[in-house]
Amino acid sequence: MGEAFWRLQTPFKMKTQQQGITGCSMLLPSPARPLRASGDPPRAGGAGQQEAQKSGGVSHLPALPSRLAPPSYFRAPLPGESREWPQLRLIPGVDSNRKQMCFDWGPGEMLVCETLFPKGREEKGLGCPNIFIVRKDQDVYSQTLRKLFNESHGIFVGLQKSEEELAGKSKKAQLVLVSKNYRSVIRACMEEMHQLAISTRDPELQCQHSTQVCILSAMELIWNLCEIIFVEIAPAGHLLLYLLDWVRLHVCDVDSMVREVLNSENPSKHKDFWNAVDIFVLQGRMDEARHLLSKEASANPTSMGMCRILDDLMKKMPVLSIGSTQTLTEMELKWQHWHEECQQYLQDGTFASNPHMESICKILLGDENAILEKRELMTTWYHFLVTRLLYSHPTVKPVELRFYAQSSLDLFLEGESSPEPLDSILMAAFEFEIHQVIKECSIALSNWWFVAHLTDLLDHCKLLQSHNLYFGSNMREFLLLEYASGLFSHRCLWQLGVDYFDYCPEYGKVYLELHIERIPLNTEQKALKVLRICEQRQMHEQVRSICKIMAMKAVRNNRLGSALSWSIRAKDAAFATLISDRFLKDYCERGSFSDLDLIDNLGPSMLLSDRLTFLGKYREFHRLYGEKRFSEAAKLLLMLMTARIAPCSFWMTLLIDALPLLEQKEVIFSAEQTYELMRCLEDLTAGKTDNQKFQGDDIETTKVDILRLALARNLARAIVKEGTLEGS
Amino acid sequence: MTKISSSSVCGVALSSLELAAFGDENKISIWSVGDFGNVGTSGEYQGEPQLLCDIRHHGDVMDMQFFDQERIVVASSTGSVTIFRHHQNNQTLSINQRWERAHYHVDPDIPFCGGASCTGVICNNPEIVTVGEDGRINLFRADHKEAVRTIENADSSTLHAVTFLRTTEILTVNSIGQLKIWDFRQQRNEPSQIFSLTGDRIPLHCVDRHPNQQHIVATGGQDGMLSIWDVRQGSMPVSLLNAHEAEMWEVHFHPSNPDHLFTCSEDGSLWHWDTSTDVSEKPSFFHQGGRSITVLSHTANQSVISAWLNNNPTKDRMEITNLVPNQTLSVNSLDVLGPCLVCGTDSEAIYVNRHLFS
Repeated sequence: MGEAFWRLQTPFKMKTQQQGITGCSMLLPSPARPLRASGDPPRAGGAGQQEAQKSGGVSHLPALPSRLAPPSYFRAPLPGESREWPQLRLIPGVDSNRKQMCFDWGPGEMLVCETLFPKGREEKGLGCPNIFIVRKDQDVYSQTLRKLFNESHGIFVGLQKSEEELAGKSKKAQLVLVSKNYRSVIRACMEEMHQLAISTRDPELQCQHSTQVCILSAMELIWNLCEIIFVEIAPAGHLLLYLLDWVRLHVCDVDSMVREVLNSENPSKHKDFWNAVDIFVLQGRMDEARHLLSKEASANPTSMGMCRILDDLMKKMPVLSIGSTQTLTEMELKWQHWHEECQQYLQDGTFASNPHMESICKILLGDENAILEKRELMTTWYHFLVTRLLYSHPTVKPVELRFYAQSSLDLFLEGESSPEPLDSILMAAFEFEIHQVIKECSIALSNWWFVAHLTDLLDHCKLLQSHNLYFGSNMREFLLLEYASGLFSHRCLWQLGVDYFDYCPEYGKVYLELHIERIPLNTEQKALKVLRICEQRQMHEQVRSICKIMAMKAVRNNRLGSALSWSIRAKDAAFATLISDRFLKDYCERGSFSDLDLIDNLGPSMLLSDRLTFLGKYREFHRLYGEKRFSEAAKLLLMLMTARIAPCSFWMTLLIDALPLLEQKEVIFSAEQTYELMRCLEDLTAGKTDNQKFQGDDIETTKVDILRLALARNLARAIVKEGTLEGS
Repeated sequence: MTKISSSSVCGVALSSLELAAFGDENKISIWSVGDFGNVGTSGEYQGEPQLLCDIRHHGDVMDMQFFDQERIVVASSTGSVTIFRHHQNNQTLSINQRWERAHYHVDPDIPFCGGASCTGVICNNPEIVTVGEDGRINLFRADHKEAVRTIENADSSTLHAVTFLRTTEILTVNSIGQLKIWDFRQQRNEPSQIFSLTGDRIPLHCVDRHPNQQHIVATGGQDGMLSIWDVRQGSMPVSLLNAHEAEMWEVHFHPSNPDHLFTCSEDGSLWHWDTSTDVSEKPSFFHQGGRSITVLSHTANQSVISAWLNNNPTKDRMEITNLVPNQTLSVNSLDVLGPCLVCGTDSEAIYVNRHLFS
């Protein structure tokens, strides 16, 4: 395998096969299926191709890069998604204008290579000798994201296991905790990626890392919102508090600005002083805003009075806290009162001399124009939405969110720019359209991690039950299967995928069976791990096939002992017979056994196949003979033939083995046993036609003659001996 | 316990200050886990383990051990054995010595076919012994270019692990459940003694020897069973202890505190076996869901010095703790030294415990 990688901005990752095609042991694609490659675009795809080329070099980084989706011809369509030809991507290094291409699918990747067939009338000639491996899911191969995959695996398994135990309130608390755990893993990953982006010197890598940071941060933002809306299901009043936390957590450029302001010698004279105050007010961080305002008051005696009044207003602003017993009506009443007070000051022109304070007062009153003026400070429409809710509708109900969200988006963007994928995802969440959220995320994000885990969590919240797909079983399972399949294509992460398949009741097992057979078994330890997984799940077919593969490998490497162990483990009688034959053949050629340590210790596994039994027993005969336990050896030898354990082809060898016993000084074979031996010899020779007898080499006939002689002599001796014994 | 993220960790080794780890991303890393001498009595140690350096490695790493303070011996799935030197002054790793084809298969058709995985390595300065899937045993010396001694076809099945019994004798375990003693003083290429479990031929995956009483040997097998052997007598284990639910990948006596034993397994657990507690004072208990330890065979009837040969189920039980609960993926490797224990897992993390006995 070549080691060259092209790291691309696209979700592909390619690896070039440097050797010639003939040297490749992977299954070669059949040339019968020409690839629909970029050279001959589908009719509707002309524009798409240009787009794809453009996306090759992403220079600026939007909050969520919009071109990160895997092309949907790599995916089954999601519910509601129509099947259309998406944009095209060029595979670098492939020139499909010269030659026809062919391809073949693998579980997680695709092989592409040139065929011998030229396109059009071009002259024949050697083409590109490379096989391209086009991978479907690039993110699986990201070093930093591996931490995300590994850590979230533990959380996922924990969630599935704990499901039955809890009910009601504690159940919700547990689900929120799980959601927070997922988020903290995303955050940790993001921080690590950020560190990498800072520390690396390679500009291309840096760009890649920063893109990843953006994606991860967008993922966390979406997840957090989904947590508030779908998992926490915050009631009116509390909802706003969660949303405020959400905005504070994700708009964090402020903190550096504030630090700069506070660290300057004279904070109130700093150019960003009022910006900092505004940001605090916009985010509802009243205490901090008041703290800053006190600096202005102490530095500027003329505005002291105004500051005091504004400070008082901020202090008095009624806020619902999560633990309080205040009812919504009480809250609304207080709010009304406070609102009127603010209104009064504004009408009196109390702040007229200071435009900054006046605008803050307007913000407190929920004046949309005043808030919109601070667009730069809020940076996003959802910040605007939350600020607007804070000062005009503090007791907003979850169902009302959608109206405010839509109008906030429209107001904020003013029709100047169209909403980006992230905006539509958040909007869908505000609209309680879970399926829309999942669908949009699937399209916008380059991996299945996010949607798979989010959908699973929401499914545990019992939010997805009504929905059934027209394919597969349900959304949760569909997404988990896709994600786990991606993991399986990675040489280290495949083990994580197993647990995901386990929790897919409908198709998980089938997927696991198909994928596990494709795990390369390069060491025995890995084979044992795969085997353990199969055995735990009663996948007998796969256990057999893995053992067979390992046994075949061992045979090819001339490790018969190992091969036998594997076939015994698989209880594969046919293969055990095959290997036993090899052992016997080796014995016939060399006159001694190899791998005695194994054959001597077969134990009950000897009964797996007749041939193996024979091998074990035959070896036992040799051991008895070696230990000079002749009569036992003789008995065993005879038994091997009379009980038809020995294959006929081996009888001659056994009879020859009897020769030294027949020639011993003392009589070993009794008369009866000798008769049986003779019958065996006759059975053996009778089977052959006269033709064979005479055409057969002289050695064979000599052997038979010697045997007959020896048998006759032994019979005579035995009769004499037995007669004497009886007589005496 | 501290956790380090890494790629899948297949093995760990400890030197006095450092921890070497490798994963199947084929990289060897040296981590500093801090100075053991300076760990306060309260037990806290400031700072995370630090990655000092790493180096790429050809093939999957199957086993590794510190040869001395600055050299590590690494066994590869390609059949090569490499000594890496860790330069402490500039924190780099370099190849010190490599035996390219230490383990290989002989194919009747192809004269030089692929290497066979080297499954185990053990060092006893200056000697290094390796075993592999090809059933070969190699004896190397750090300063010799060629193997000092090779026993071809030492085993007809795969050798899984090796350890020194005495300076000239080694112990190997194989995939048909045999424990063999080899004596390098003998010129015959045959084991001087073979021990085996009962007829079930359950593969053995790991072996370790008691640091002070060299006749006591512990092995772990595919069924998760821990066997304690007395190599002075009998060919059967002294005791069989039902332990893990899946393959036991590694077993280690604590080098200076041999009443403690550590085992790790494919089922994702890492167990601490403690025989030092005085059972008459403490009630015996087992920390994992009330599963009790069954001692299957028991032949220790002589006056024994070691607690390991004397675990009478009725009188004294050992205390067992699972050190990494909630781990679902395999714990592949562990090493223990002083108060420090490290283990590497398939969930791509290394766990470090610096206060074993506190």
